Amino acid sequence: MKTNDVIFQTVAKVVFFMIIFFAVHLFFAGHYYPGGGFVGGLLTSGAIVLLLLAYDMKTVRRGFPVDFKWLISLGLLFSVGTAAGSLMFNVPFFTHAYDYFQLPLFGKTSLHTAMLFDLGVYLVVIGVTMTIIQTIGESE
Amino acid sequence: MINLPILPILLPLVAAVLLMFLSKSVKAQRIVSVIASAATVLAAAVVLLKVKADGIQTIDMGSWPAPFGITLVSDMLSILLVLTASIITLCVVLYSFGSIGSGREAFYYYPIVQFLLVGVNGSFTTGDIFNLFVFFEIMLMSSYVLIVIGGTKVQLRESIKYVLVNVISSAIFVIAVGFLYSVTGSLNMAHISTRISEISAEPIITVLAILFLIVFGLKGGIFPLYFWLPGSYAAPPAPILALFGALLTKVGVYAILRTYTLFFYHDQPFTHDILALLALLTMVAGSIGALAYKDVKQILIYNIIIAVGVLLFGIAVMTEESIAGTIFYLVHDMIIKAGLFLLGGIMIYITGTSDLNKMGGLIRQYPALGWTFLIASFALVGIPPLSGFTGKLLIVRAGFETGEYVGAIVVLLSSLAVLYSVVNLFMDVFWKKPEIPLPETKKQTASLFIPAAVLVILSVLYGVGTEVVYPYVMQAVDTLIHPEIYIDAVLKE
Repeated sequence: MKTNDVIFQTVAKVVFFMIIFFAVHLFFAGHYYPGGGFVGGLLTSGAIVLLLLAYDMKTVRRGFPVDFKWLISLGLLFSVGTAAGSLMFNVPFFTHAYDYFQLPLFGKTSLHTAMLFDLGVYLVVIGVTMTIIQTIGESE
Repeated sequence: MINLPILPILLPLVAAVLLMFLSKSVKAQRIVSVIASAATVLAAAVVLLKVKADGIQTIDMGSWPAPFGITLVSDMLSILLVLTASIITLCVVLYSFGSIGSGREAFYYYPIVQFLLVGVNGSFTTGDIFNLFVFFEIMLMSSYVLIVIGGTKVQLRESIKYVLVNVISSAIFVIAVGFLYSVTGSLNMAHISTRISEISAEPIITVLAILFLIVFGLKGGIFPLYFWLPGSYAAPPAPILALFGALLTKVGVYAILRTYTLFFYHDQPFTHDILALLALLTMVAGSIGALAYKDVKQILIYNIIIAVGVLLFGIAVMTEESIAGTIFYLVHDMIIKAGLFLLGGIMIYITGTSDLNKMGGLIRQYPALGWTFLIASFALVGIPPLSGFTGKLLIVRAGFETGEYVGAIVVLLSSLAVLYSVVNLFMDVFWKKPEIPLPETKKQTASLFIPAAVLVILSVLYGVGTEVVYPYVMQAVDTLIHPEIYIDAVLKE
C-alpha cells in the first residue's frame, strides 16, 4: 500500500530537530534539575523513531550510519570509564570531581564529571531503544 | 589501594564492554575473555589475602558515607565465594572454546558470560539490600540471554518459563525490600541489622523473613519453589548449564545465609524451623528426582536441589559448627557441580545423547574421563578425604548436637541417594555394554577435558587441604555468628 504522506514527512523533518534540541536541553538540565541522560536518550530515540515512521529504515540508516549496538558499548565505556577514573586518584569508586570555570559565551559554568557518566547513559539508552525497535521493525 | 574489593566486579564489567566492541572477531573475544577471567581470579585472590590479613574491607561508593550511600563489603564469606565463582567462570570460558559453537560465539556469548560474573560477584560483595536486587537483576538478565542464545525450540520454550518465574520473583523482591525499608528506614544491610535488633519483638520482622525466603528460595531452588529449575536448566548446552548450576542457585543460598544471620536471627524457633522443614523436603524431592531420571543432565540437575537442601539445613541449625559446615559445603558444591556438568557435557558430546539407555561402554576409549568422573562423583557424595566430606560432617554433627536428629539423618540418607544416582550414572555411561557399538574413531576431547579436570583436581585439593582452608572458613563463620563484627566494619563505630 502506498500512502501519500507528504505532510507527515515535511512536518517530521522540522519536528525532529525540535525534539533533538529539547533532548539536549533536558540532558544538560539534568545537572541540577529534572532531566538527564536517560530522559534525553529516550527523547532522542523518539525523534529517530519519528523519522523511521515518516520515511523507512533505509533512509534513516543513511542519516545515522552507526550500528546502534556499537553505541551501547560506547556508552558503557563512558560510564564505566568515568566511575573507574576514581581508581587513578585512589578515592572510593564512583567519586566525582567538579569545579567552576569561566567559559567564553557561557560565563561562570560548573563542570562535573557526572556529565560524562550521564553521556554514557544517554548513548546506552539510544543504543538499546533503537536496537529493540529495529529488531521488531525488521521482521515486517 | 582502597578500591581493591571492587576489582572482581569491575574487571569483568570492563571486559564485557570491550568484548562488545570485538563482537566481529571470535579469536579476539576468546583472548580477551581468558585474560579478563584470569585477571579477575587474581584480583579476587589478592582481596582474599587482604581480608585475611586486615579483616573486612569496605568501600563507600562515591564517597557517600554509610549508611547513606551504597557500601560494598568484602568479608571472608563474600570473597571466598567471589574467588570460587571467578575460578569457575575461567574454566567454563576455556571449556566453551571447543563446545559452545561458532553461532553462539559470534552472538555476544562471551560478553554475556562476563556480565553474569559481574552480577554474581556483585551480589556476593554488596552491603546494600537494594543494590543486591540490582546485582541480582544483572545476573538474571545475563542468564535470560544465556538460556535463549542459540534459539533452539526447547530453549525458547523453557526461557519463557524461566523469564516469567524470575520476573515475578524479582517483583516480590522489590516489594519485600520496600516493606523492609518502611519498617527499618534503611537499605544498608548493617544499618538494617541494628535497626531490627531494636525492634526485634515485632511480628512484622517474621513476615519479612518469610517474604525474603520466598524470593531467595525461588532463585535458589528450594522446595516447593524449584519446579521451574529442572526443565529450564536442561535447555542450554553444558557450559551454560555449568555456570547456572554452579553459580545462580548458590547466589540464592548465599542471600538466605546472609539475611538469616544478619537480619532474621531473632525469631529462630519459627523462622529457622521453617527453614529446616523446607530443607528436609528439598532434599527428599531432589533425591526422588535424582533416582527417578535416566538422563545425564536431569540426574545432575536434581543433585543441585539436594545440595541446596543440605546447605539450607546447615543454615537452619545455626550453630558455629553448622555454619562452618555450610560454608565448606557451599564452596565445595560450586566447584564440584561445575566440574560434573562440564564432564557430563563431554559425555553428551561423545555420544550425542543425554539418555542413559542409549549410552554405554565409554571406559574403553575414554578411561581418563571415566575415572575423573568417578572421583568427582565420590567428592560430590562426600567420601573422605574428598571435598564434600568436611562440610557434611560438620553439618550432620551440629544437627545431632542440637537435637535435630531427623534432619541429620535425612542429610545422611540423601548422601546415599546421591551416591546411588551418580554411581548408576557412571555404570550406565562407562561400564555397561552399549546397545549400538561405539565408532572406532575416538573424538578429540582434550580441550574440553582439561578445564573440567582442573575443577575436579581443585576439588580434591580442597578436600585434602582442609587444614589450609580451615582458618579462612572460620574467619567467615566468625562474621556470620557475630553480626556486630560486620556492623562495626561497615558503620565504622
